[in-house]
Parts: sequence; C-alpha cells; structure tokens
Amino acid sequence: MLPLCSRVLLSHPFSPMSLMALREQLNMLVNSMYIEGLLDQQFQQLQMLQDASSPGFVAEVINLFCEDAERILTELTKLVDQAVVDFQKVDAYVHQLKGSSSSVGAQNVKLACIQFRQFCEENNKDGCLNALNVVKHHYYLLRNKFDTMLQLEQRIQAYDSKQQN
Amino acid sequence: MTVEERKGNADQFPVGMRVLAVDDDPLCLKLLEGLLRLCRYNVTTTDKAITALKLLRENKDKFDLVISDVHMPDMDGFKLLELVGLEMDLPVIMLSGNGETQTVMKGITHGACDYLLKPVRIEELRNIWQHVIRRRKFERRCHNDLDSREDGQKAQIVKSEDGQGAADCYEKANKKRKDQIEDDEDDSEDNMQENEDPSSQKKPRVVWTVELHRKFVVAVNQLGIDKAVPKKILDLMNVEKLTRENVASHLQKYRLYLKRLSAVAGQQASMAAAIGGRNSSYLHMASFNGLRNYYATGGSRQLPTLGSFQPNGVLGRMSCPSALGMHGLLPSQTGQLGSVPNSTSNSYNDLGKIQGVTSPGNPQMNLLQGLPGTLDLDQFQQPKFVQEPKKHLPAGLYGSGLAAGPSTGSFPNVTNNPLLLQPNKQHDRSGGLGNYSSFRMSPSSSDFEIDLQDISQFPRISRYDDSWQGAVASSRDSANAVPILASSSHNNLSPGNIGGNISSRTPHAATKILDESPNIVAVAPLSDPTSNNVQNQVCSRSGSTIAMPAGFDNDPKLSKFNITGNSRQKWDYIFNSNEISSTSLNPSLPNLRITNATAQCQTSESVFINKKLDVDAIGQVHFGAPHVTQACMIDKLISDSQQNFKGEYAMETTSLQTGLNSTGCSLDDVVNAMVKP
Repeated sequence: MLPLCSRVLLSHPFSPMSLMALREQLNMLVNSMYIEGLLDQQFQQLQMLQDASSPGFVAEVINLFCEDAERILTELTKLVDQAVVDFQKVDAYVHQLKGSSSSVGAQNVKLACIQFRQFCEENNKDGCLNALNVVKHHYYLLRNKFDTMLQLEQRIQAYDSKQQN
Repeated sequence: MTVEERKGNADQFPVGMRVLAVDDDPLCLKLLEGLLRLCRYNVTTTDKAITALKLLRENKDKFDLVISDVHMPDMDGFKLLELVGLEMDLPVIMLSGNGETQTVMKGITHGACDYLLKPVRIEELRNIWQHVIRRRKFERRCHNDLDSREDGQKAQIVKSEDGQGAADCYEKANKKRKDQIEDDEDDSEDNMQENEDPSSQKKPRVVWTVELHRKFVVAVNQLGIDKAVPKKILDLMNVEKLTRENVASHLQKYRLYLKRLSAVAGQQASMAAAIGGRNSSYLHMASFNGLRNYYATGGSRQLPTLGSFQPNGVLGRMSCPSALGMHGLLPSQTGQLGSVPNSTSNSYNDLGKIQGVTSPGNPQMNLLQGLPGTLDLDQFQQPKFVQEPKKHLPAGLYGSGLAAGPSTGSFPNVTNNPLLLQPNKQHDRSGGLGNYSSFRMSPSSSDFEIDLQDISQFPRISRYDDSWQGAVASSRDSANAVPILASSSHNNLSPGNIGGNISSRTPHAATKILDESPNIVAVAPLSDPTSNNVQNQVCSRSGSTIAMPAGFDNDPKLSKFNITGNSRQKWDYIFNSNEISSTSLNPSLPNLRITNATAQCQTSESVFINKKLDVDAIGQVHFGAPHVTQACMIDKLISDSQQNFKGEYAMETTSLQTGLNSTGCSLDDVVNAMVKP
C-alpha cells in the first residue's frame, strides 16, 4: 500500500503538478525520512554525488540496495526457518545487509541489523526470528518511501527534460 | 605534502590519480566510485579480485593506488593486498565494514597503507593520495642516497648505533628528505613526474620476493651484518638483473629493521642520554618523533605511515594498528632475522615483522606494541627504561604534551606511536598542545564511572590502583564510561608539573583508549612496579588498551596529566575531585566529562592516572593532533585544582556543573552531577 501522499500523487497521472510542487513533495518526503530515522547522513553523501554528470546516481544506488537487501532477506528467511539454525551463516548475511544499509544511509535497517547480530552471537533462534521480522519491517517501510521518492524523481526529471526540449 | 606538489605540478596530482577500486558488493563499489570521482581521481572498478590482479599485472604503471575490500568471495582481501605489495609495490588501502582491532591490525601487518571503515566518507578519500606521494618520495630518497653516498649511509647508521637511536637516524633521513623537497623543486617535480612519465631517476622496480629476500639474508649473514656491503652481497646472491643500488637500498632498510629490533630497548636509554636528563618528555618526543618519522617515511614499504591510518565511523579509522601492530603481532613469529616466515608476505613485511620480535631481553620492542590488544603492558615495566629521577616535567612539559615523566620513558614512546597512528593525525609537536597524553583518571577508591552517552565510543582505560576499585573495569563495561581524570597526587608532586600547571597533584593519569576505533591505543600508566600497588588494568572496549606503567618512584609525584585531544573531539572532563590528600588517590581534580565522543574519537586520548604520581610512569600518550583547547582546559583545570576543584570543565557542549570540591567528592556526587544536565 502506498502511503497516502503517493496515492494522491500517482492517482492523477495527468494532473499537471508543477515542477516546483514536485520538488517540494520530494524534499518533504526526504526530510521526513531523515527525521524519522529512516535515513541518516550517509544518504546525504549519496545526494551529493548526484549531479549533472550522473543524474541517476541516487536511483541506481537505491535500486542496487533494494535488490541486495531483498536477496539477503530471502536467504535469511530460509536460514532462520530451519530446525537447526546456522548462526554463522545468518550472521554473515546480516553483516552484509548491515554494510549495505550503512552505505546507503538506511539507518533504521542498519540498527535493526546490529541488533540482529546480537542474537546471532548468542545463538538465539527466537531472537533471530524476531530480529528478522524487525529488519523486514524497517526495510519495507523504507522501500515504500524509496519507491515514492524515485517516482517523484522520475517525474521531476521528465519535466526537466521536457522543458529542455 | 609539499606545496609544490599541490599546486604547481604539470600533472596536477592528486587530480587524476589513478585508483583501482575492488569490492564485491556492487552497492559499495558504486558508492566508492562516485566518491572517488568526486575527488577527481581517475577510477577503475572491478568486483573481482582476480580481475584486479590481472589489470595490475598487465601494466604495473597503470595505477597509483589500490583500494580493496577485505571480504571478497573470490579472494581474501588480505591476500590481494600482499600480492599487490609484493608484485607491484603499490600502496593499498583496505576497506571494510569490520573495524575490529584485530582485523585492522591484520590489514596493517599485511602491508596496507590505510584501513578505512565503511561507509566510506569523502573526507577520508580526499586524503588518500598522500600514500602515493609518501611512498614514492621515500623510495626515491633511498635510491638517491644510496647512489650517491653509500658510505654516508653507513656512517649514518653507524652513528645511530652510537646511541642516537634509530629515531634520530630516521629523523635525519626524513629531514634530508624534507630539505631536499623544499629546496629542490625540480627534484620534487621529477618525483611527481614519475607518475606519468618515468624520469631518468626512476629505476625499474625490483620486487623483493620471499626468495630473493632469503638469498639476501643468507648473503648478509654470511658476510656478517657489519661487513655486508652491497657489492659483496650482490655477488653472493648472484641474481641477474639485480643492481647494486637495489641491494644497497634493501640493505639499508634491513639494517634499519635490525636496528630497531635491537635498539628499541636501548633506545630509550640512549634517547634519554641524547636528549638529556630527566626530561623524559623530550626523550619521548624525540624518539617518538623519530619513530614517527621513520614510519611516516615508510621505513618499510609495508609499514603504514603514521597518520595515514584513519579510522572511520566510530572513532574514525583505526589507525592504531599500523606499524605498531606489526610489531605487536610478531611475537609469534620466529625471531630470526632474515627468516622469511611466510611466503605470501612481502619481504618487507617480514622485516617489519621481524622487528616485532623483541630483541633479546627486551620485551618492549613493542614500541609498537602500543597497539591495542597486543601489548602486554605489564611488560612494559620499566626496567628497561631509563629511570629518570622523579622530577618532573619541566614546566613547559605540559605544553609540549609530554606527559610522562622520565621513568616511563619508553612507554610514552610506545604509546605515543600508536597514537600517532591516528588517522590523519599528524603528530605535531606544536608547542603547546602538541603532544598531550590524555590521562584518564581513575576515580578514587570508589568505582567511579561516569557514563556519558557521548562517550560510548571511547574505550576507556582505567588503571587500577590497588586502592581503586574497579573503576577501570567498570569503564570497560559501561558503554559510556567516561574517562575520569583523577589526580592522585598523594604527596608532593614534584614541582615540575606538567606545563607548570598541572599541579603536582595529579598523580593519576589514566589512559583512555578509544575503543572501537581502531586507532587508538591509549596508554595507561602502569602501576609502579615498585609500589606494588597498582594494578594496571587497561580496558577498552575493543580491547585496544595499553597500560602504561605507572610511576616508578615511590615518591608521590606529580601525576602527569596530559590530555591529548582530538581536535574534533569535544571533551568535557570531569575530574573526580576526590582529593588526593584524602584518598591519596584522587586529588582534587576537576572533573572532566567527556562529551561528544562520537565519531571523533580518533584521538587517542589517554588519561593517565598515576597513583603514585610518578610522572614518569605515565609517560605520554599522544594522540593525534594536538588539541589546543583541551590542553588549555586541562591546564586550567589542573591549576585550579589543587584543592578546591570545581570540577567541571566543559569543552563544548553541556558541561556538568559540578561544584564538586575536592574534598569529599564522592563517586555518587560526580555521577549525579553528570546526570544532571
């Protein structure tokens, strides 16, 4: 389910939302993500890397992150579901996810991973199960917002290129 | 780096520096690429180590620097590191999400110039070009010197044998290098040109493989280290395409290693002698600087340069383990010089490692053992070091940041080194604050542990004094333990207090080790061996603590109180103001509270608590950049403290209103005070 604001935005594909309004939407969205702890300063670095020469940088990075994360989450689900859990493997994956999330600035996800690793170290299966759920929760929340963000981006860029043409 | 390099160069280095980035994680690779491009480097990326090697082997001159992740599926990052160092002799920077001391140390011992933590920040990448320059210059220097004056080199080495210590020798080499750089612009430009276009001075690189090095060592041993002349070694080795210059430069490095092995222990003494008297501080400084220079100039190709190591994240990069780590690591290595333990390691690494082997009877070889985790500080007990009279530090000492008093001589050096390794920290002995050892004062008898949220990142080293209970230990556990400065001047501190300001009363110095950040090794004063009382306990979160020997003298001495602060750090120190007089543990000292430990913990702050106040004991630990403000603060604190110590000294952020006065300040009070804001 997309959040309300995106539904409103996207439900009227032909509504001529002005460029400025789009930008404002995007800014507000990103700011809210910072405030809510979904994103941290690292994301700012990403934003900084996007410029005229690499206009799709943030989008690419976000996509890479999402692919990576989902792959890892799938693996983790399988691993933690087993009767006897291989905590080392689980930990390795969580470590990877923690690395990617910290690289992209996905703060909540990263923190959830850190806690997950605690349970791994303690060989606590239930703890791991719970922790995995928490990670997923934060990840999907983030992904939703990323989706909206990227859509806004796209529209803004389309607008820009239209104007240039 | 020289100004000329920065601005006037034809090739505009570091712009356009050619970097090869290797990381199996596509996200990180992309990010890294973006950041490197932002720094205006010329970036090539690959996600396979094997591809990277292939690219490097194809054309050795194609790249200036390699950045590689540690964890890769097709090849271990460390392995890649070694191979690159061995075959191409390029500077390699390691990258990892794992900032544990052990891992970082491993990176350094395998020859990494630097170890960055993920997520990588642009600020750190902006500085990586230094590694390229440093390596180049040093090598060139070596070649030049050897070519022109082999005898001169020998003389130099001999001189160092005379007791100047390796440090001096390095310093000279370094100075020469600097002079040359400053004076001879053409020369430096030539050096720069090396990048693009081999100048006539550039020699084809000879890779000192394990085999080759073995032959070399055999030849040297055959001839006798003192009689080994490059020409003869060359003949004995009988290797084609090896020139006398190659051998000569290798020999020089080898000699330096040997020197270091054997001279470390004596170094302190000789340094002391050379430097004079009781100022251990000078001694430390000198040796420290000397060593620093040595490392900085890349005494070993694989030795990380000081200051280049930059911890990231938590405390920044852990630079600690750098060269020091090498030594520390080596206890397990065979002590044989010349043995090449490990075929995969670069021969220089071996040399470096060899250094780690303590020379007979000298457990402290570890100058480098300052590195966290590898030191057994207890070993550091003085015996080897010159015991200075308990005097104190000259008034100016404090300013100069030398914390320790004489006796601890070597320790400070040792610890200092690690500290130097702080990321990007140039150890600058600037007059005032240049070298500060931070002291962690352990609270008086009661466990005094102040938890500051900000401090979570700092490792704390607490020293136990037998009369102190667990303050140290607790700090280890508490996430936010705050180093506490306590002065334990029991008795009369000798006047020479640190900087004149530190009242003789602050016997305590506790070294604080920043944990997590790989870099720091704080040295805590070790208990005075003579006193039997002190148990030094060093604790740090990440295990990177080093205990420094406490003062030796039984006389209550002034505790040296130096605080080295990372300029980025904001420290509020809360001194436990138990006073010395009453408890003999903590004299009235201002309470320092450390705040805002985050991220900046690059410095190694060591707070010394010297119960007995032996200044010497504390030695100094200098970390990173001088932190003037902190020093000032401390100064102020110190001076104020004698008795009624009003405690809190807020550096930046909130400050605790302590109003604690020296007498009767109890742990609870302090804690409460801290909790207040």
